[in-house]
Amino acid sequence: MKDKTKMNDMSVPRSRRTDDGLGSNSDIGAKLRAFYGAVQDQPIPDKFLDLLEKLDEVEQAGKRKGG
Amino acid sequence: MQETPSFKRELLATLPSLRAFAVSLSGRHDKADDLVQDTMMKAWAKQDSFQMGTNIKAWLFTILRNEFYSQMRKRGREVQDSDGAFTERLSVHPSQYGILDMADFKKALDGLPPDQREAIVLIGASGFSYEEAAEICHCAVGTMKSRVSRARTRLQDVLGIAGEADYGPDAVSAQVTTQSL
Repeated sequence: MKDKTKMNDMSVPRSRRTDDGLGSNSDIGAKLRAFYGAVQDQPIPDKFLDLLEKLDEVEQAGKRKGG
Repeated sequence: MQETPSFKRELLATLPSLRAFAVSLSGRHDKADDLVQDTMMKAWAKQDSFQMGTNIKAWLFTILRNEFYSQMRKRGREVQDSDGAFTERLSVHPSQYGILDMADFKKALDGLPPDQREAIVLIGASGFSYEEAAEICHCAVGTMKSRVSRARTRLQDVLGIAGEADYGPDAVSAQVTTQSL
């Protein structure tokens, strides 16, 4: 076994530390994705869908009128 | 030119992730939704400048981020919402993490400087590469890497996890343990 060069890392399980430390074994990474996912998995609010329809309608109407 | 239908579809497909990014940036659902709406209108207005087939997600995230910072400059940074509003709105409780845990995490995330917060979210959750994230944030790839690294270290410190040191039960978990007795 090689000597540990960084004392601070001694208690860190070295099983898998990805480049950014946010991989599947990372607690921070998992919490971050759980937080993000909790928002992402919510249904898209109707107001967004309505807005998109409205933008589309206005554009279509504009095209019909004058190109 | 028939680019509109698929632009609309792609915009729609990106909305959930865009919204999660907006919540991460602003820390509040109501502000986040305003931000997403403003972004949708901006994106729609300048869709001619978007080239179909290129990364629409990165393009939309860039618009949203610019919008966020320009609004922040105008209004000044507002006080972050209490965690209550966030936890109340969670429709699905992630099975592996309790709701308290999630609120703690959000508080820790909100406590990061904005540049570190967006960096760790873009890389750790939104699924962007360092190159893409650097482009979205108008910074160098190396800068992005160091921001992510600092953000991760800081979150680990604040939350007392990931084995940087053995802190033992912190005040919050001690409280929870007491309450659950």
